Amino acid sequence: MNPDASTIAAGAPIEVDLSPIAEGQDIKVFWRGKPIYISHRTKKQIDEARSVNVASLPDPQTDEARVKSGHEQWLVVIGICTHLGCIPIAHEGSYDGFFCPCHGSVYDTSGRIRQGPAPTNLAVPPYQFVSDTKIQIG
Amino acid sequence: MSGPSDYQPSNPALQWIERRLPIFGLIHSSFVAYPTPRNLNYWWTFGAILSFMLGMQILTGVILAMHYTPNADLAFKSVELIVRDVNYGWLLRNMHAVGASMFFVAVYVHMFRGLYYGSYKEPREVLWILGVIIYLLMMATGFMGYVLPWGQMSFWGATVITNLFSAVPYVGESIVTLLWGGYAVGNPTLNRFFSLHYLLPFVIAGVVVLHVWALHVAGQNNPDGVEPKTEKDTVPFTPHATIKDMFGVACFLLLYAWFIFYMPNYLGDADNYIPANPGVTPPHIVPEWYYLPFYAILRSIPDKLAGVIAMFGAIIILCFLPWLDTAKTRSSKYRPLAKQFFWIFVAVCILLGYLGAQPPEGIYVIAGRILTFCYFAYFLIVLPLLARIEKPRPVPNSISDAVLAKTGSRSTPMVSTAIVLALAGSLFAGSIDSAKAAEGSDKPPGNTWSFSGPFGKFDRGALQRGLKVYKEVCASCHGLSFVAFRNLAEPGGPGYSVAQAAAFASEYKVKDGPNDAGDMFERPGRPADYFPSPFANEQAARAANGGAAPPDLSLITKARSYKRGFPWFIFDVFTQYQEQGPDYVAALLQGYEDKVPEGVTLPEGSYYNKYFPGHAIKMPKPISDGQVTYDDGSPTTVAQYSKDVTTFLMWTAEPHMEARKRLGFQVFVFLIVFAGLMYFTKKKVWADSH
Ligand code: FES
Repeated sequence: MNPDASTIAAGAPIEVDLSPIAEGQDIKVFWRGKPIYISHRTKKQIDEARSVNVASLPDPQTDEARVKSGHEQWLVVIGICTHLGCIPIAHEGSYDGFFCPCHGSVYDTSGRIRQGPAPTNLAVPPYQFVSDTKIQIG
Repeated sequence: MSGPSDYQPSNPALQWIERRLPIFGLIHSSFVAYPTPRNLNYWWTFGAILSFMLGMQILTGVILAMHYTPNADLAFKSVELIVRDVNYGWLLRNMHAVGASMFFVAVYVHMFRGLYYGSYKEPREVLWILGVIIYLLMMATGFMGYVLPWGQMSFWGATVITNLFSAVPYVGESIVTLLWGGYAVGNPTLNRFFSLHYLLPFVIAGVVVLHVWALHVAGQNNPDGVEPKTEKDTVPFTPHATIKDMFGVACFLLLYAWFIFYMPNYLGDADNYIPANPGVTPPHIVPEWYYLPFYAILRSIPDKLAGVIAMFGAIIILCFLPWLDTAKTRSSKYRPLAKQFFWIFVAVCILLGYLGAQPPEGIYVIAGRILTFCYFAYFLIVLPLLARIEKPRPVPNSISDAVLAKTGSRSTPMVSTAIVLALAGSLFAGSIDSAKAAEGSDKPPGNTWSFSGPFGKFDRGALQRGLKVYKEVCASCHGLSFVAFRNLAEPGGPGYSVAQAAAFASEYKVKDGPNDAGDMFERPGRPADYFPSPFANEQAARAANGGAAPPDLSLITKARSYKRGFPWFIFDVFTQYQEQGPDYVAALLQGYEDKVPEGVTLPEGSYYNKYFPGHAIKMPKPISDGQVTYDDGSPTTVAQYSKDVTTFLMWTAEPHMEARKRLGFQVFVFLIVFAGLMYFTKKKVWADSH
């Protein structure tokens, strides 16, 4: 009962052009039926993400480990709450990141879990930069 | 099923069969001559009610499956077409959807009855465990059935529930992918759920056969919990139990019919009238009411894995009940302490159900934790402890002694019935509508609608005026894609003639094709065409309207609601109030205010509306006084427009409402007469058995 060949084929990597996304904005694209948030973070958001004491987080991970170096302003995460799979809303919640309406999990500007029942940070999908304004997800 | 029978049919043809396959003997010994304790009360009729409901669900389900399309793009529409176009499709669908809830009402009563009278004790452990297995299968079947209409709640319910398995360490993710057949809930998921939803009821039927078999080997328990000893303690199954069960089923049917014909949407969620959208999670996800206590347990535990374990543990623990409660006395009737704790336990379950429907914040979380503790404490602490310390009252020597002792005071059935009603009523506690329109907005004022109540009918004038308003105002942005022009001439609708509907249709341009040259072309509409939508697709609609796509209006009055709150949702069952949707739509159309109250800042391109959740609505004030002319002299005010167009939209959401209520009345008359006949027949049959 695992995914059939056509489903797997449809899950091939996709390319996304980042140039239309202004600073402070984000877009949602679908890959493998999952919403992927790509946000163009502001300076303030990056600083917020980097200034926390990593050891105090429920799922310790540095912001550096969650973005590609040289492209700190881009956060790419799978927009699926790690609790039970709802779609968190961007730019909401007390950490300026994401807020899940289902059972109230709050994520910060790096997509890390800060509050609520979700056990882990928002997952980072496999992706790389093909050029400065284009990424390939998958 | 209790050993070889010496039954011989008198008809020679039947004798011929009987000698080769002793099936009549089996039926005779199991359902005719079978000795049943003579002191059974009405709580024991729920076994028959459950068998009846299982049959009902299978029957309606098989017919529905003939019309349903299990495809993510078509499922929602095919359900709507069943309701609108299939002969008595609305009835089938209501029977099946309400039937699921009624099935669970009955199974909960049946389980609590077993709990109260100790029906799980030696020698009925296997019987009880088979029952728990049936219950688990029912939960799985019910869940998968709820996914099939592919509305918002279906989709997100499926997402949340399947994700429960991701809590399993190491293999969790692969299990979930296996369940989905993809990387998210999608078309493969819908297909396999449909297949399993069709299969599992037959598995249930199989386990029910085992359950009944085990029952007939161990014999029925009874309210006094003493085994039948002599002939005097029992009566033959037919006619005594048969007729009593028939009366029980007839009464249960009255409750069932109340929901089928008068409140079909009360037990569902308004969000499920919005087609599934993988990009938007509804603000408040609630499962069906019968899962709410377990959902509350899941949410009250802050750790994901532990929460899932607790939730499944809450059901699995029932299997161990026969070994947790070791008290010798079966029936709580003779156990003063167990009796009290039983009722506390019932209250805990109902409260957990209530909490399951509330948002997981503040006091609700704390209350949930306490009640979760109480739930498990009942099984793990209270019952084992009571078995040691409680001093039960002496049980009667035999069933006939118990019956004789009781003949003086025979008021119990009345009390029982009252408790059944109260319990059933409060179990619906969970089915509170989603908090959709509640947060941060005023409650819409109630209206008097011509279509409310058991004899409600649409006001034809209002329907015709509402159609005019829709056509001249709403139609520029909102589609009406489930309504065809032919519907305008159908009984129970605006009352146009077939010719008028055809003329109305021909004013529209409809896209058709491809023609012989392979091109698409436009032609005048025909009665069979559906109202054309103003935008080619959702993206176009979104782009043209500042990012918020105007919703299709066919189902809007059923897809919107607001929270009624305690205790209104209980009164609503009796008053048949179910006009939250129309009240909300009418209020929204009149709720625009030019002056934004202080302290509220509206995002760009939004307007202030008193009744819209969050107040900032993207739709500008759609209509003002005098905008549409009426030929029949009705006032051309916003208030009147709103009322008319809402009435029209109620009709588009439920074109067969008048037929539903009319048939409902006939069914009620029949059922009341039938139940009465059964009652008096039962009295006669039992006259000298008490
Ligand atoms: S699914 Fe996001 S908090 Fe539960």
